Formats: sequence, structure tokens, C-alpha cells
Amino acid sequence: MSSIPEVKIGLEIHVQLTSLKTKLFCPTPSNYRGEEPNTYVCPVCLGLPGTLPVVNKKAIEYAIALALALNCEINDKLVFVRKHYFYPDLPKNYQISQYDGPGFSSIARNGYVKIFVDGKSKIVRIRRINIEEDPGKIHYIGSIETSPYSLVDYNRSGIALLEIVTEPDIESPKEARAFLDKLIAILEYLGITDTSREGAFRVDANISVAGGSRVEIKNIGSIKEVEKALTYEIIRQKNIVGKGGEVKRETRHWDSSKGVTVPLRSKEFEEDYRYFPDPDLPPMIITKTFIESVAKSLPELPDSRIERFIKQYELDEYRATVLVLIKWLADFFEECAKLYNNYKKLADLLITDFLRWVKEFNLSPRELKVQSIHIVKLLQYLDKGVISIKMLKESLPRIVKEGIDIDKLVAEGYTKLDDEIVIEKIVREVMAENPKAVKDALENPKAVNYLVGMVMKKTRGRADPNKTVEIIKRLLDEIRKKS
Amino acid sequence: MNFIAAPMYKLLDEFNTNPDLVVDYLSKLYDRIAKVEEKVKAFITLRPFNDVLNEVESLIRIRKSSRNSMALFGIAVAIKDNISTKGLRTTCASRILENYIPPYDATVIAKLKSEGAIIIGKTNMDEFAMGSTTETSAFFATRNPWDLTRSPGGSSGGSAAALAAGEATVALGSDTGGSIRNPAAFTAIFGLKPTYGLVSRYGLIAYASSLDQIGPMARNTDDLALLLNVIAGYDPKDSTSINIPLPNFYKAMYDTYYREPRLKIAIARELFEYSEDPVKNMSYKSVDVLCSYHECREISIPYAKHSVAAYYIISMAEAGSNLARYDGVRYGLKVNFDNRNWVEVYKEVRTRGFGYEVKKRIALGAYILSTGYWDMYYLKALRFRRMLKEEFNKIFKEFDAIVSPTMPILPPKLGELIADPIKMYYSDVNTVIANLIGAPAISIPIGFVNGLPVGLQVMVRHFNEVTALYISKFLEDKLKLRDLIALV
Repeated sequence: MSSIPEVKIGLEIHVQLTSLKTKLFCPTPSNYRGEEPNTYVCPVCLGLPGTLPVVNKKAIEYAIALALALNCEINDKLVFVRKHYFYPDLPKNYQISQYDGPGFSSIARNGYVKIFVDGKSKIVRIRRINIEEDPGKIHYIGSIETSPYSLVDYNRSGIALLEIVTEPDIESPKEARAFLDKLIAILEYLGITDTSREGAFRVDANISVAGGSRVEIKNIGSIKEVEKALTYEIIRQKNIVGKGGEVKRETRHWDSSKGVTVPLRSKEFEEDYRYFPDPDLPPMIITKTFIESVAKSLPELPDSRIERFIKQYELDEYRATVLVLIKWLADFFEECAKLYNNYKKLADLLITDFLRWVKEFNLSPRELKVQSIHIVKLLQYLDKGVISIKMLKESLPRIVKEGIDIDKLVAEGYTKLDDEIVIEKIVREVMAENPKAVKDALENPKAVNYLVGMVMKKTRGRADPNKTVEIIKRLLDEIRKKS
Repeated sequence: MNFIAAPMYKLLDEFNTNPDLVVDYLSKLYDRIAKVEEKVKAFITLRPFNDVLNEVESLIRIRKSSRNSMALFGIAVAIKDNISTKGLRTTCASRILENYIPPYDATVIAKLKSEGAIIIGKTNMDEFAMGSTTETSAFFATRNPWDLTRSPGGSSGGSAAALAAGEATVALGSDTGGSIRNPAAFTAIFGLKPTYGLVSRYGLIAYASSLDQIGPMARNTDDLALLLNVIAGYDPKDSTSINIPLPNFYKAMYDTYYREPRLKIAIARELFEYSEDPVKNMSYKSVDVLCSYHECREISIPYAKHSVAAYYIISMAEAGSNLARYDGVRYGLKVNFDNRNWVEVYKEVRTRGFGYEVKKRIALGAYILSTGYWDMYYLKALRFRRMLKEEFNKIFKEFDAIVSPTMPILPPKLGELIADPIKMYYSDVNTVIANLIGAPAISIPIGFVNGLPVGLQVMVRHFNEVTALYISKFLEDKLKLRDLIALV
């Protein structure tokens, strides 16, 4: 039997700064999605001879905001380098990027992110954050193998990207997921990117199991896919090591339709990118004052909000984390919490059924019709015994989808049925329709439950369960006395 | 009035009183071009006279209807073919850009146009400005108007030859390691490499970005200053352009000229020693003229000769990077794409598109920046560059200017220098220093040896172009070598 190898995962995440109005080095608008190919371009982002890059200051501000949010050290000098490789989507055949090495520096280094997995907190260290430009995009007719030619669209060329690189501190696909959820939440809180946009959030994963080399999986499109790809890759590598084989150092591609990773190219040597400082962009000094001004304008970030939720609403870390990492849900929770103070009950409703229905109906959190007052009233009716928990669950989908006022439903008679005469009438009907069940119930007290269930079915859960049981027992007694 | 040899400032006066004269001037100029261009071959692209005429007629209407005087109204300017001109072919003297028509104007071109200058054509140069003789041009070699068997120097040889042959009134060149001053010295004209960051590089097709600078070329100091006035200034499109208040160079030059301050001038001994005897002797003669009034002292710069190595390492590294973009996908040389992958296409484009000198520098540049070598070459060159800057800062604390021969040799015979690359590279020894340290430097005509021009180089402090212009004006006064046009 082979021992279980230790797993080491490091992630490289590329995030487009979709909140910027223009590209990183030219004034071309950045809202290129859905537009005609090669219409969101200018001489600079097409790399025409003689053109020069000018840094978008706002991009630097965003990068610093993220660096602060990820607890990084920020370099006092901003140095851009040229990374050389020939590829048709790269108009200059070099990418303006940053490099963390002697003589150069990334904008930020040595940060960390706290994640919460399986009831435990854990630190994932951030190695560095780079600012760089996105290349254009290559379109193939069909697949890359069969396409007779390729088309290049430079609309994306020059869009501002942040590259976030972690240390290999992640030990499971689940932790990777928790980390990425947290990162996306932080980006959302900062308001610097909308990660839901196509291609705005891309992940490369480096993964190794004990006894094997590091394998890189390129360009995974979503968090779910990251989890799947890592799970697959761990099993693949463990199998090789378990059989005494050798895991090759290579780059693999995640084929999401087949659910497997396939080799892209073997990485026997480092590609020589011939990094050197871009002479068109003299080093920029990042002053303490500037960093402080960015720090001052930072919104409340997930970590401090989780802490506040634990203190202010007396939630446990799990509930607080789940809520806070979904920003709109946390905002909704706080709105409700102004009017309703059983916070735990509120949190539970929101992170389970409520969230499930929002996802089920594929609703956009920004366009929800349901308001906090609807949910608060629902819980209040439940607390007062006007409706049952079953009724709450039954009415929730409609309320979530259409934003119906529960008052209206209650006024129309949607209340718990506790009129004994009405309940007795229904019980008699049920007993008349189910003579065999009545006979069973007379002999076995446990069989009463079946009759209760039938009453509930008839009343769609509105009948008061205690009163129903009472009435059934009384009627059964009457039958016994008669016989 | 002799429109061909007339200095620009006089033409401007004439045109100011009579705007219609511009038409006569241009037609005389085009006559001259028709007469000499076949021998000199200064232009890669010469605009048809009728196109120019149409442009001039509307320009004259604008001039007449508005009170705005334009600083270069009606003046014919020749532009080095590595400066982007909207709608006008810009080739860099390379096959790879043979049919490239820029969709935008370089900042300097936009400035010239808004001041009423007439761009008459694009001048020949060494391919991508890589060369010292204008012979690496993919199209043809330009000839020195003073001796048609010789090179006019380079890489801005076309602009210099056009001026010396009377084919334009002023011109723009670019200078990465001496490319303005070298041909200026070889053709008896004035050429200035401004402080790095004074003139916008936006639209200048890069050779070595940290060294490149556009500069004015003219047949006298006044015109040089007037042209500098128009092209200098901060440009938000160029992150290396410097945002500081600038003087009116022409006015400031005259203010200094009338005050006639005595300057402290350093004679850089080694830079004279590297030179051929006739050049050395002629240069010392002009130094004597300077020293008859100014305070001169000889200084030693023993490490100066290493500048050439540092210069070529840095410029090749940057060139290899800057020229990576020429792949024939978006613009430039088109080859057959059908049933070929992009690696095959790139290979053919770059094999056919670039000449030998350019390929050599790209290959060496890639080598210099590759892992394992880059600290040995590139970092070392950068360290030397920093040291050189510090040393020259010290010299400039004591001296207002440093003089030397511009070129250590006389204009070479065509084919002579290009056959001996080491000699060619070392001919840049005196000029590369100014590019490495970013300081301004001017080349001033000081005489002829056997009918071949010799130039003196004056290097001054950063942003002290006025001092360089003042010295130029001073020598021009004493030597009377100005507005010279070769007979051809």
C-alpha cells in the first residue's frame, strides 16, 4: 500500500481590471466585450511603429488597493519590464509586464489571505502581484487542431491585468476553492473588477504530490473548473507515484468537456523571456502619501466584515464567512437585521433556502424583486405561529422570484389553520376516505401519523399539527367507545 | 532673393509680408531637387509638387484670413524616414516597412504642420537608423553633396545631404549614437541632438528607446534654434518626455549672444587623440578661435573609449526588443499566409524584410539579454552608463561645455566604412557619450580638408541647449561657415 502523498498547490490568477474606463497604456475604451473585432484599438494597443505606452494611473491605484487588501508589502518604485515571446496575439511581440527578480520588482509582494475550510482558519501566502497588459485573442474555426486559419482580435490587447501569485500553501481542491472565493469577494468589495465577465478571471494552477515534479495547468475558466481539474490531477499524479512512476514536469491543459487534463508541452527548460526594464516607461515613484490615500479610501473588506458579523450579530465564523463572501447577500442580511434580531435564524434562512432559490431561478442579485421587509415579515409570521415552517418553505420561492408581500398572502387566508371545527371537518373527511388507515390507527397508536399526514396534504400544510393530532385521537376514542 | 540658399529666418520675414511668395519658393526648390536629386539621392519619398502646391494654397488662404502668424509658415522641411507621417509612407529605409503608411502623425510632425511647415518628403537613412553612413538603407546609398564618391554619414544622411544640396531649408533627423551630428559634420551643416526628453519621441520609430532623440538640422544656428523652438516641449504621449518650463531657444540664444559671457570650456584630450590628423588639426584650430575669448582647459576622460562598447550593448538590446513587432501580421511586408503556420510566416517576413546590419543587431541584442549573459553584458553596460553620467556631472559642475571633433574621420568613401564594422562602430566614439548620458550636443561646421567638411562637437549640461547654440553662433560669426550649399 502506498502512503498518501502530500499535495502542494500554488495558484496564478489573472484578473482584468474591468472597472477601468480605458486600457492600461492608451486611451482606448476598455468595454470591448461583444463588439466587432478590431474596433476597440488605437495605434498604441496595435503596437504600430513609433507608438509609446503611457500608464493609466487609475490602474496603479487599483493595484495598490488590492495589494493592501491582500496584506502585501508595496514597492516604492513601479518598474515595468518587457517580456519577450513571439505570438500573433501580442502586437509588439513582447508584453509589458513586471518581473520579480534582481534589479526589478513587482508592485507588491509578501502578502497573505485568510481562508476558512472545514471549520478551520488557514493562511495562504501571496508571493506577488504584477500589473501587465492583456494580449489580443485568437479565434479558431472549430478547434485549434482542425482550424484552417486563425483570426486575431486585438480588442482585448492592452487591457489592464493583475497577476496574483500564491505560495504553494494550498493543500486540497477545497482549499483552492475557498481561496478563490475569498479572492473574488475581495475584488468585488474593492469594486475593481467584475469577475463574472467572460475572461475577466483566469486561473493557472501549479500542483505537485510528494515524490513528483510540479505540473502546471493552464487557463482554467472558473472556480468550479479549478476544483475539478485539481481533483483530477491529484488522482492522476498519485496513481503515477503510487505505481512507482515519475510525474513529468510539464504544462497541461484542462479539457472541461472530457473532465481530464492533457499535456500541452513539456517544460524541460525555462523559456527565456529576455526580461529587461521597458525604456519607454521610466520607473515611477510610489509615495507613502499615495499609498495612504488609497488605504483611506478602501471600503470595509471581507475579513473585517466577518469579524464584525461575529461580534455584532453573534454569528459563528462559518455563517459569517458564508454571508460575507457573497457581498450582496451580506448586504441583504444587514438590511434585514435592522428589522429582525434573531440573527442566527435570519442567517440560516438566507444562506440555505433563500440563496438556493436565487440560484435556482438564475436571478441577478442586482435585480432582485424581493426586499428585506418581505423576508423579515416571513420570519415574524413564523415566530408568531401565523404560518408554519413548511408554509414558509412553500411560499419562499414565489416571494424570492416575484417579491410578493407576505401580508397579502396572509390576508387572502394563507395562514396556519387552527379553527378546530374546520380541522375536525377535514379529519372526518380523511377518516371516511381511509377506513383501512383508521382501522390500523385503532390498533396501533403510531399509525395515527399517517392520518395526520393525509390532513396536512389536504390542507397543504396549513393545519395546526398539535390540534390535528388531538382531534384524530378524540375521534378514534369515540369510535372505540361505540364499538 | 536666392530661395535655395536663403536662411529660414529671412524666408519667414519675406513670407510674412508676402505669403504668395511661398509658391515661388517651393517651385524653385523643386527645380533644384529635380536638378540634383538624381546625383545625391537624399529622398526615399518625395511628395509630388502638385500635392505640395495644393496644400500650400490652402495654407496661404488660412494665413491671410487669420492674424495668427505661424512659426514656420511656408518652410520646406525634409523629414527623416523614421518619423511617422500620417498618410505619407514611412519606411525606416527597410523592406519590412516599404509600403507602410502610418495612420497618425508623430508629435513633432503635428507641431510642424500646425506652425505652417511644408513636409516635402522623407529622407534616406540607414535601415532602422542602424549605421553611420546611410549605406545600410535597403533602397540605395545617399551621396555626400561635397564629394559624390563619399558618404554623407548617417544615419540621418538623407536629411543632411538634402540640406547640403539645397533640396530643403531645414530638416529633422534622429540621433541614437550620433546620427544627427555625424552627417551634419560630414556635410558642413548644423545638427543638434537635444537633451533626452526635450523632444517627444511619439511617432519616432524606435531603434534604441533610451537613447533615441529627434533633433533639428539646418544650415545656420538661427534656423536650428527656430526649429528647436517648434519641436521641443512636453508631450503627455511620451512618458520619457520631461515636463519643465522651456525658454524660447532663439530669443535666449540671442540674449546670451549679446551679453557674450565668457564660458569655461573643457577640451577632451582623448576625443581628439582618437581622431585622424587632418580632423584633429582642423579641430584644434577652431578650439583656438574659441579659446581666444573663452576660458579653455584640457581635461582627460580616460574611460571614454569604453562608451562605444556600452553604447552598442545597450542599443542592440533595445533594438532587438523594439524590432520584434515586425512580423507582417498587422502591417509591413506581406507574404503568402496560405497553408502555412505563423512561425513559417514570421520567418519569411523577417528573413526577407530585414537587411544584414539589422539582423546582426537583433541577434546580438537577443544574445545580450539572454539568461546567463545579460549580467555580463547588459547590466555591466548599464553600470558603466551610470558611472559615465556621474563623471560628466562632475565635469559639468566645473565646465559649461566639452568640445571635441564630432567625427574622428573625414567623410568616408562609399563602401569603405561599411566593409570594416569595427572601424565603423568606433567612428561613433565621440558622439555616443551624449546619448548615454542624455545631454545635448551640437555639431558645428568648422572647415574643409581637401574639400571635405569637418565638424566640431559641443556637449553641454542637460537642458542647456541655449549654451550650445550660443557657442555655435559664436563660431559661426568668427568662421563665417554658414548657409553652405555644395555645387553638386
